[in-house]
Amino acid sequence: MKQIFGRPAGLTDVLQRYCPGCGHGIVHRIIGELLVKLGIRERAVGIAPVGCSVFADEYFNCDMIQPPHGRGPAVSTGIKRSRPDCIVFSYQGDGDLAAIGTAEIIHAASRNENITVIFINNAIFGMTGGQMAPTTLPGMKSTTSVQGRNIKKQGYPIKVCELLAGLDGPYYLVRTSVHDPKNIIKTEKALKNAFGNQIAKNGFSLVEILSMCPTNWGMTPVQSKRWIGDTMMKYFPLGEYRNRAKEEK
Amino acid sequence: MLQQGSLENGLRKEELMPQVKILEEVCKGCGLCCDDVCPVDILILAPDRINGSGYHPAEVTDNDKCTGCGYCFKICPEPAIEIFK
Amino acid sequence: MAEKRLMYGNHAIVEGVLAAGCRFFAGYPITPQNEIPEYMSIRMNEVGGVFIQTESEIAAINMLFGAAAAGKRAMTSSSSPGISLMQEGISYIAGADIPVLVVNVIRGGPGLGNIAPAQSDYYQATRGGGHGDYFTITLAPNSAQELFEFPKLAFELAEKYRNPALILADGLLGQMMEPVEFSYDPVDPTTLPEPSYALSGCQGRDRRVVRSYDLKPGKLEEWNWRRHAKYQHIMEKEQRAQAADCDDAELVIVAYGTSARVSSAAARMAREKGYKVGLLRPITLWPFPKNALAELSNKVEYFLVVEMNLGQMVEDVKLATECKNKIHFHGRPGGGVPTPHEIYEKIETILGGSS
Repeated sequence: MKQIFGRPAGLTDVLQRYCPGCGHGIVHRIIGELLVKLGIRERAVGIAPVGCSVFADEYFNCDMIQPPHGRGPAVSTGIKRSRPDCIVFSYQGDGDLAAIGTAEIIHAASRNENITVIFINNAIFGMTGGQMAPTTLPGMKSTTSVQGRNIKKQGYPIKVCELLAGLDGPYYLVRTSVHDPKNIIKTEKALKNAFGNQIAKNGFSLVEILSMCPTNWGMTPVQSKRWIGDTMMKYFPLGEYRNRAKEEK
Repeated sequence: MLQQGSLENGLRKEELMPQVKILEEVCKGCGLCCDDVCPVDILILAPDRINGSGYHPAEVTDNDKCTGCGYCFKICPEPAIEIFK
Repeated sequence: MAEKRLMYGNHAIVEGVLAAGCRFFAGYPITPQNEIPEYMSIRMNEVGGVFIQTESEIAAINMLFGAAAAGKRAMTSSSSPGISLMQEGISYIAGADIPVLVVNVIRGGPGLGNIAPAQSDYYQATRGGGHGDYFTITLAPNSAQELFEFPKLAFELAEKYRNPALILADGLLGQMMEPVEFSYDPVDPTTLPEPSYALSGCQGRDRRVVRSYDLKPGKLEEWNWRRHAKYQHIMEKEQRAQAADCDDAELVIVAYGTSARVSSAAARMAREKGYKVGLLRPITLWPFPKNALAELSNKVEYFLVVEMNLGQMVEDVKLATECKNKIHFHGRPGGGVPTPHEIYEKIETILGGSS
């Protein structure tokens, strides 16, 4: 008998310390598979951001670097420009990418920097304990918006794909989700495109992934995945926001 | 049609069927795989036992029904599921 | 004979960086160092290097982090407010033991201050600058020639000790034109070996991780103690200073960079008037040339520390001399540059009063 599904060689043997039902692990598994399937593991350099996925430097079985909060796109730029043969991916959460790292992501996208960005949107600050994120939904409770996010006081969530689609630079922008198998398969395809674009030297790709954070949402894992389908996807519509590959056809 | 225990190319039917293996000590009992994921609904969280980390691990109730679609594996964050065929 | 060219200090830095084999520059415009990125953008294009004008100094220092972690010589330049923004990155880079070169063409501060020459970032440069326990190797050139030569020295020290290095200049040194001798053969970057930490893809080797964090109990403390040993070693081995006319001196001026140039003129004026005055010019500000000062403290009665700030290095002079001597200070903060005459007057007051 042959293993048809199992831990990919793109992940180390280290067991992940994420909470039960956390979406990070699903995305890690997909990236781990792609590193092997696309034959890029041995020339990959990954970014482990500040946040829950800071530990990604132990989980991905390739060269890794851990930069300051939000600076993944800048660090990626430095690596990619000085070693163009490396495949550089910046793994970032919503606090990292859409709050403190807003400038870095916008300018990396605008330069059409030839990197792959994986943006985990779980609408909350995870590692620090559930504070309001730039992607927290209106009315959604967090430890710094205990009455629910008040758009009059705390403004609106930032829709990263829509925001970056306002730029001419980026090559590929897509929003997917990992809350059910159908959407996980779409995420697999999107990430494959995103790495493929870099291999083909097409430029900047960002895959925004709606992901469960049961602990900080105060839900069970099953409630969390349903909440993405029922509520979060309405605010953050899935789909391609830019695909130059299709436009060029 | 294959009968239970009959042979085809020297293999038993059980050996042609996908086998799901739960890595019980890796499983965090989140239950994502048990909720509306398996098309033949053969995954539950073991009600009567816990693993070394204190979680009720996922359990396969009837492997014979498994289609090998891999959905349970795909949604498993650890991943604590392996499928063989 | 080596080629000699009349050059701006800021252009000399660029040529020095390229001659050191560096092919990666990222930076953001800020006065008074704009000639560096402008000239660099042209020269990097000519030599096939990377030049990136970034969205901020924060992005610039992090691009350096990436490029240097990938094993390449990488540098940025900025001026005081921009260097403040880079401190987060420098702390991470120091915490990950990665060598980079940062040039600070200091301007008057605090805040937006002005664009005049200053030395008010001495504390920031010599005390780490950002959060956490760390130091950055800090060089203080005082001529266009040294602006050409120090980038290579800075890269070599940075790589030897896997530590960020700083070059402190100021607008005056940068704008001044002087002859520069291209005193060494340029380093061919392709001949530089791949460092042991370089992120280059894990083909044929174990994967590598560059990071500044360790959450396992006690590990970060261990890591910090190891770095402490490195700092002790640097402090012991890498002190550099230049002494002039100190052998018979009653008073030694301690000054670096532009202040040292002005002080040198003041010392000559004093000598002409019969005062026995010498000049000690720290070339490394960290490690501070304690040994040279400790030695002088046994034979010199007076020290006069001249700085373009409110008095920062003067504290290191007091520490190095263990307060055995009479230590005077003459400072010009906020972009003020001392004149030889005002320093001479200070010398006269000190020594005239003593005789």
